[in-house]
Amino acid sequence: MIGFSLDRSSGVPTYLQLVQQVRHALRTGALAPGDKLPTAAEVVAQLAINPNTVLKAYRELERDGLVAPRPGLGTFVCGTLGGAPLAAHAALRRELTRAVRAARGSGMDTEDIEAVFVSVLHEDAQRGVA
Amino acid sequence: MNALETTGLGKRYRRAWALRDCSLAVPAGKVVALVGPNGAGKTTLLHAAMGLLTPTRGEARVLGEAPRTSRTLARVAFVAQDKPLYDGFRVSELLRMGRALNPRWDDGVARCRLAELRIPLDRRAGKLSGGQQAQIALTLALAKRPDLLLLDEPLANLDPLARSEIMGHLMSTVAERDITVVLSTHVIADLAQTCDWLILLSGGRVQVSGDVEELLGAHQMLTGPVEAADALAASTPVVSRRVVGRQVHLLVRASRPIPDPRWSARPVAMEDLVLAYLREPDAAALPRPTLATLAPEGNR
Repeated sequence: MIGFSLDRSSGVPTYLQLVQQVRHALRTGALAPGDKLPTAAEVVAQLAINPNTVLKAYRELERDGLVAPRPGLGTFVCGTLGGAPLAAHAALRRELTRAVRAARGSGMDTEDIEAVFVSVLHEDAQRGVA
Repeated sequence: MNALETTGLGKRYRRAWALRDCSLAVPAGKVVALVGPNGAGKTTLLHAAMGLLTPTRGEARVLGEAPRTSRTLARVAFVAQDKPLYDGFRVSELLRMGRALNPRWDDGVARCRLAELRIPLDRRAGKLSGGQQAQIALTLALAKRPDLLLLDEPLANLDPLARSEIMGHLMSTVAERDITVVLSTHVIADLAQTCDWLILLSGGRVQVSGDVEELLGAHQMLTGPVEAADALAASTPVVSRRVVGRQVHLLVRASRPIPDPRWSARPVAMEDLVLAYLREPDAAALPRPTLATLAPEGNR
């Protein structure tokens, strides 16, 4: 069982913070297949947030195949994270390095590149939310 | 079904309208923030929904029926602003009163909650702290097992811990059963995490009524050069405009990215949205086909 905590000033939507915390716990091994997630009522009693926020986070995790609801019992972990991401990290790093070098070559400085990167990341995340 | 619905609702006290031409519909199951400055008409709206006042114009319906019939009264609970308890009653006597007056009363839930809060049943309500009185009022309202719970400023005068406990308890009730909660407040910070429907009243009129997520998704905060603002305002509804030097911050109603690269956009938080509309009492965002009369020029 894990407990959630919120960073209310981060600007990251609450349901996404819950998703990220479960994913993080899966990566670190704090959660393993078979473990039960806290119920919506338990989470909201502690965090004073809208229960639909918790359900939305759980649905998202379910869509990713990481958890599954068992009617009348609760929501249980059924997937794992880790292994593959390491390779994905390396691939992303290679591609970013190539893009950054090309940008520098065309006269952009670190701040320019960072601004574009952050805004692309942001826009893409927005698209995922909508 | 709509838990709360008003059509052309208006209430006039002598010469002044406390609420005017108020039309809105809140679907069942929502947690509704009823926000507005003092004197905006929040309490009047809640009283109309409870049937505690007779509208001058229009009507309010709760759970699909007229307020104040015996059927609706059994299904609607209301906690007024000053958390009225009978000061001279012991907590146990308040419970007995609730049991005698309410057909759907759940005594077990109430006693369990009061025990959790360590509120002694033999104390007189008037002798308890403000936070405890607020907790008792909410406990009694929930023990009624309402389908619609109306709370007028439930968090006023409470310390942060009590506020968080009250909201936590309220939210776990929402998680456990189908209930619509409407709570009025002028403290926005407490609501961003809890409410999924926003009603904004200002000067007796409804400025905004809608699903919070949809509202937030339909607005963005733009920052860009002052000279580009008018051209943008010609094509995009601007809710509020704040000029800082040669830059301008605009809260606009647009869900798609603005193609002009001079504008940088960031998503809008509930607080931004509420403040922007409160600053521009003529702006409106209502679910009906955009009847918004938007202020062409911001203040300043």
